[in-house]
Amino acid sequence: MSPVGLNHILFLSSALFFIGVYGFLTRRNLVTLLMSIELILNSVNINFVAFNKYLYPENLDGLFFSIFIIAIAAAEAAVAIAIIINLYRSHQSIDVEDADSLRY
Amino acid sequence: MITSELFSVLKHEFCLLAILLVFLVLKIREREWKNETLIQLMNGLLVLNFIIGWLMNSEGVLFDGMFRNTLLIAFEKNILNFAILIVHLQSTEWMRRHKHLPEFYMLIVSSMLGMFFLLSSANWLMFYLALELSAIPLAALCNFDLEKKASGEAAMKMILSSAFSSCILLFGISLIYGSTGTLDFGEMAGRLSAMPLQILAFIFIFTGFAFKLSVAPFHFWTADVYEGSPVPVTSYLSVISKGTVVFVLSTVFYTVFGSMSGIWYDVLVVSTVITMTIGNLFALRQTNMKRFLAFSSIAQVAYILIGVSAGNEQGMASSIYFVLIYVFSNLGAFAVVSHISAMTGKESISDYNGLYKTNPALSWLLGISLFSLAGIPPTAGFFGKLFLLGAGAGTGNWPLIIFAALNMVVSLYYYLRVIRAVFMEPADSAIPKLTYGISVRLAMLICLGGMLLLGFTTGLYEYILSLSFGLK
Repeated sequence: MSPVGLNHILFLSSALFFIGVYGFLTRRNLVTLLMSIELILNSVNINFVAFNKYLYPENLDGLFFSIFIIAIAAAEAAVAIAIIINLYRSHQSIDVEDADSLRY
Repeated sequence: MITSELFSVLKHEFCLLAILLVFLVLKIREREWKNETLIQLMNGLLVLNFIIGWLMNSEGVLFDGMFRNTLLIAFEKNILNFAILIVHLQSTEWMRRHKHLPEFYMLIVSSMLGMFFLLSSANWLMFYLALELSAIPLAALCNFDLEKKASGEAAMKMILSSAFSSCILLFGISLIYGSTGTLDFGEMAGRLSAMPLQILAFIFIFTGFAFKLSVAPFHFWTADVYEGSPVPVTSYLSVISKGTVVFVLSTVFYTVFGSMSGIWYDVLVVSTVITMTIGNLFALRQTNMKRFLAFSSIAQVAYILIGVSAGNEQGMASSIYFVLIYVFSNLGAFAVVSHISAMTGKESISDYNGLYKTNPALSWLLGISLFSLAGIPPTAGFFGKLFLLGAGAGTGNWPLIIFAALNMVVSLYYYLRVIRAVFMEPADSAIPKLTYGISVRLAMLICLGGMLLLGFTTGLYEYILSLSFGLK
């Protein structure tokens, strides 16, 4: 068995990215949409850490970047969930299809 | 020495931070403040902020190359300071009827702070942090009409599309970090060689920008968010947020991706053509004034991209100049729309029938703003578009310029449709005569003056052009 290399990790992160994008575009539940966004962010984190570890181990740019991404993802999720709760109060639903008062 | 340098380079950001702190202190004190007091206080602070913005600008680099200020960036920040002042002045009526003003101001100022850091960022980490700082409060602002269903929906669309777009942008950044090993703009520019991975990363990064700029095919959120949000937030989104992203897009393209200009030129041309067509075609069929202005702003962005595609100082200067003109013309139109919406709640184009009979002053302002947006001389919009197309013509891509000029004719149709409704249509139930306070009047006069003055003078363009030299 060959050791785990950069290619394996990049394959994982790309797969996660596209699973996230697919989920974002097809799911109809707002909380699931948020989860898809988290998937994409995690794929980015894996990318940064892997590149840092395998290609540029002399400085820690990638690691720091992924720490910041985790922090900001939390802030984003907090605001998004607040908005979703408010939407649930006015629409009695968290389905994207039910939020249809704005359309042309 | 170090502290004084810190203060002079970070001056714009410190000013906004001071405003933020003032409202934070006001908020945590138990006392209830009257809206009128808060509005006057904010007016005073914003005027002060605008004036300080012009004093003693210095260039410099801070935080180990993460933050950089140049005279051009300081000028862009001054344009934004000016725009926020006008947005605030013109939406006085809406603010007067609203609770929780300190929170509103804190959110809008922190979003503004994010935009300033975004303009000054010279490192992708700083860039990402600033982008999120500017986007997250904005989503909360969209939801500020808490009792309205549409406002909640607008906020939901805003937060999801901005989160998704920054995810895609981040994926692009991670790929480009993998291929160059640095996050610094300057170092990265030296290591780019247009290899396939970098082109892919560029496409991802451009997609992120396209979402923020509402460039087609990533424009779906724009009209819904504009329609559902409170009017001050809509004008903030359409002018300040868009203007910032245009500034940042041109700096990132010119500095970081300067060596890949052959690739981004093609991407820009394709997205310009699609955006212009979609913006114009959809604007034709809108019946709501805010949606109409949303699609018109999508079409305007396409013209800015033509200027950016020139890839030289003219391109930079003409896009900044156009954003300045766009501030005047779009805020002029929004001043009328937001005032009518705040006073009567009417927003559809057919409600504007016969507006001229009852409110001639508002009608003239709306008419001149729409003429300026359409690009008819002698309003400022004509020269803005002239410089953009002139810069774009420098690359010799004539089919694109001819296409853009033809699209201007199409756009004339829907701008004139509104003007016809205002000036010529007979009114069954026209909007009654509206009164407006001193600050709304002042905002309108500034917009009108700006549109007409910039239509007759070009000194400012030369000034921006002189700042743009030595950019690359």
